[in-house]
Amino acid sequence: MEQFGIHPLFGGDTLHWYTPSNVTLWMAIATLAAIALFVLGTARRSIIPGRAQGIAEILYTFVHDMVVDTAGHDAVRFFPYVMTLFTFILMSNYLGLIPGGFTSTSHIAVTAIMALAVFLTVTVLGFVLNGASFLGLFWVSSAPLVLRPVLAVIELMSYFVRPMSHSIRLAGNMMAGHTVISVFATFGFYALISPLSVIGIVAMYGFEVLVCGIQAYVFAILTCVYLRDALHPHH
Amino acid sequence: MSGNIVNMGAYIGAGLACIGMGCAAIGVGNVAGNFLAGALRNPSAAPGQTPMLFIGIAFAEAFGIFSFLVALLLMFVLKA
Repeated sequence: MEQFGIHPLFGGDTLHWYTPSNVTLWMAIATLAAIALFVLGTARRSIIPGRAQGIAEILYTFVHDMVVDTAGHDAVRFFPYVMTLFTFILMSNYLGLIPGGFTSTSHIAVTAIMALAVFLTVTVLGFVLNGASFLGLFWVSSAPLVLRPVLAVIELMSYFVRPMSHSIRLAGNMMAGHTVISVFATFGFYALISPLSVIGIVAMYGFEVLVCGIQAYVFAILTCVYLRDALHPHH
Repeated sequence: MSGNIVNMGAYIGAGLACIGMGCAAIGVGNVAGNFLAGALRNPSAAPGQTPMLFIGIAFAEAFGIFSFLVALLLMFVLKA
């Protein structure tokens, strides 16, 4: 499990909140990779896009369509926020798949900050845009009157569990995938089953490539779903 | 054979928590299977509902991840 270990970048062994660690390094690399893709990739602005520009355009239109389809047309002003979250998580996940790399999104501390930011944004936005009628989200007016207080308690609980499940889903998936790969790798010590171990690692690696993309997508689309609740609490 | 009875309980609990991961697998299969059944009946409506498929899978999967987390906590953090 030492692949998830956090240690200071410039020696020493005390970790303060401001100490540059390997998490800081890999988050910076993820940010730089995203910036490189979008700034350098689209720098030439050719009519017929090259490979980098093609990827950048696909990502842009993909996230834009996702925001419009899920959260509605007036959510487009939050498109930069969703785009930032999506590209950062995607880059972090894929950088973690490089052998010897470090997955910053496998730490709950990293994902919890992003999920809490989404949660606070949605809560503040809901009350600023709708006032007290945002509380109508918890008062299910389509249900029978007797059931409504019960449903309100359940809705309230599920609302406050959101940042937890939002963050643990991403961190847990990343950590679980890398743990499974390292468990298969330890089977390689036994000569008899080592070919099976190699096949298992290759299969799990391919599965992880899929999971990394899907988890970034799920994080972004859940952000859109929560934003829709804030923008249109009555639908 | 020696050890701490608290450790034994933690490891048994971690194993029991893994049942939850299997149940989450049933849930994810349920979501994906029902989506496929619906998509085969009306293939033209399927692409528009793909985001709903992933949202459903994510919600079903979250509880499996929770039980995985409980197992990890029992094995590495709460161990006596």
